[in-house]
Amino acid sequence: MLDGLIGPFAEFGFMRRALVGCVALSLAAPPLGVFLMLRRMSLTGDVLSHAILPGVAVGFLVAGLSVPAMALGGLVAGLVIAVMAGAISRATGGREDAALAALYLTALAAGVLLISWRGSAVDLSHILFGSVLGVDDAALAMMGIAASATLLFLALAWRPLILECFDPSFAQAVGARGSLWHLGLMALVVLNLVAAFQAVGTLMAVGLMMLPAIAARHWTRGIGAMVTLAAGFALLGSLAGLLLSFHLDVPSGPAIVLVTAAVWAASLLFGTVDGLLARWWPRRHLSG
Amino acid sequence: MNSRAAELAVEDLTVTHGRRPAVHHVSFRLAPGQMMALVGPNGAGKSSLLRAIAGLHGAAEGRIRCAAPVALLPQANSLDRSFPLTCRDAVLFGLWNEAGGFRPIARPERAIAALEAVGLAGFANRPVGSLSAGQFQRVLFARLLLQDAPVILLDEPFNALDARTAADLLRVVRRWHGEGRSILAVLHDLDLVRREFPSTLLLAREVIASGDTAQVLSAENRMRARMMAEAWAEDAAPCERAAA
Repeated sequence: MLDGLIGPFAEFGFMRRALVGCVALSLAAPPLGVFLMLRRMSLTGDVLSHAILPGVAVGFLVAGLSVPAMALGGLVAGLVIAVMAGAISRATGGREDAALAALYLTALAAGVLLISWRGSAVDLSHILFGSVLGVDDAALAMMGIAASATLLFLALAWRPLILECFDPSFAQAVGARGSLWHLGLMALVVLNLVAAFQAVGTLMAVGLMMLPAIAARHWTRGIGAMVTLAAGFALLGSLAGLLLSFHLDVPSGPAIVLVTAAVWAASLLFGTVDGLLARWWPRRHLSG
Repeated sequence: MNSRAAELAVEDLTVTHGRRPAVHHVSFRLAPGQMMALVGPNGAGKSSLLRAIAGLHGAAEGRIRCAAPVALLPQANSLDRSFPLTCRDAVLFGLWNEAGGFRPIARPERAIAALEAVGLAGFANRPVGSLSAGQFQRVLFARLLLQDAPVILLDEPFNALDARTAADLLRVVRRWHGEGRSILAVLHDLDLVRREFPSTLLLAREVIASGDTAQVLSAENRMRARMMAEAWAEDAAPCERAAA
């Protein structure tokens, strides 16, 4: 049993690299997910995860499976779509869901088409769903940079970001430059998604960001606790997902996301805040 | 408390949504220490006018002049009441102009005093998600207390509140008035306006009447306001008073 848990990491360098990378992502991505969720922008995270695909594909067409080229392409495409999504949101007064759905379908189709044009089915699967074998030194460095930049940004922008999420009009009225901090948040979301795609794939990267955040909301009513809990859930999902991926020989991205989804499902059922069980089988009400 | 008096002057202001005017060619003056009600039918542009004065909506034409900071109480239903924040933290945002985004907050216990002043003693660590509509409105008033602004804009401050909460918050407004602050409040309860507000601005996308409350709220003026607010021409011509 213990051998099955520790063995793969003790024995194989690529598993250790994948673990270190996923730990870095697990510390950084879920806090961003918490802020996206609080801003009611969970769908935007999904859009951005699809949006980086055409850019990654262009990088792949130019330089093959080169991490810097694909990362640069993904970063540019993600930032362009993030700005477009923001413009659509402002133009529609927050009723942007239909336009965002159109955006991410377009991005997904364009990305798959570009990769299939020159690459093999293996390349496509690798880019969409990730591979622990893909976490080379360059990818690991990228994850480290993304995580460090995110944690620094969150430490600096904690108060303005909370204000911007809670009451954007008030933030604007007192000159808190909320939209600037929000733009920084979106840029870091893109950076984390790009950094994550080697290990978990472009489509699955957003899962490590949003699922732990949504799960954490079922256990606490405080932002600090929510962020900490979300990172904890992501660490658990990463570790268990990588082991599943190794032992069952399945892609790492879906494995990590499915474990994290199981945590979310358990939170939805048993969570102390808006959990379903508490609703279905209410306990005796309190005296005051 | 900061009791610097300040004048607010709105000159020929037009605020639009697309090409449609929310309000157009509105001019009025809120004198230092004046307490004015802003009245008009639904769709008259009252909230748009307040948002423009607070700097949340750009002016298509005209000017807003005010030498002092302006604080706005938004409509409570525009905020997410399930947000994971304690009352204390929500109120402390009122000190933004003093502490900004990064500096430590000096004497954070002021938030607790502000909560006590609006009748929420002991609520500091309660999540805002657990509050009733009235308690949430009290939290927003406590945030305004900490903002300490000479000019205060209130957007439907007593809407959907029980009589006791409305009376408590009205006392806070009276106190601000007593401290020499200028107050402009969007209200629908005309009895309350007649009782508490000496002057009134009646709006229906443009100013119908302004000045002494009793005269402004005549039946004739209110009828005119209703007709103008409900008017909607699909093929409306460009406004002749608009700048070219």
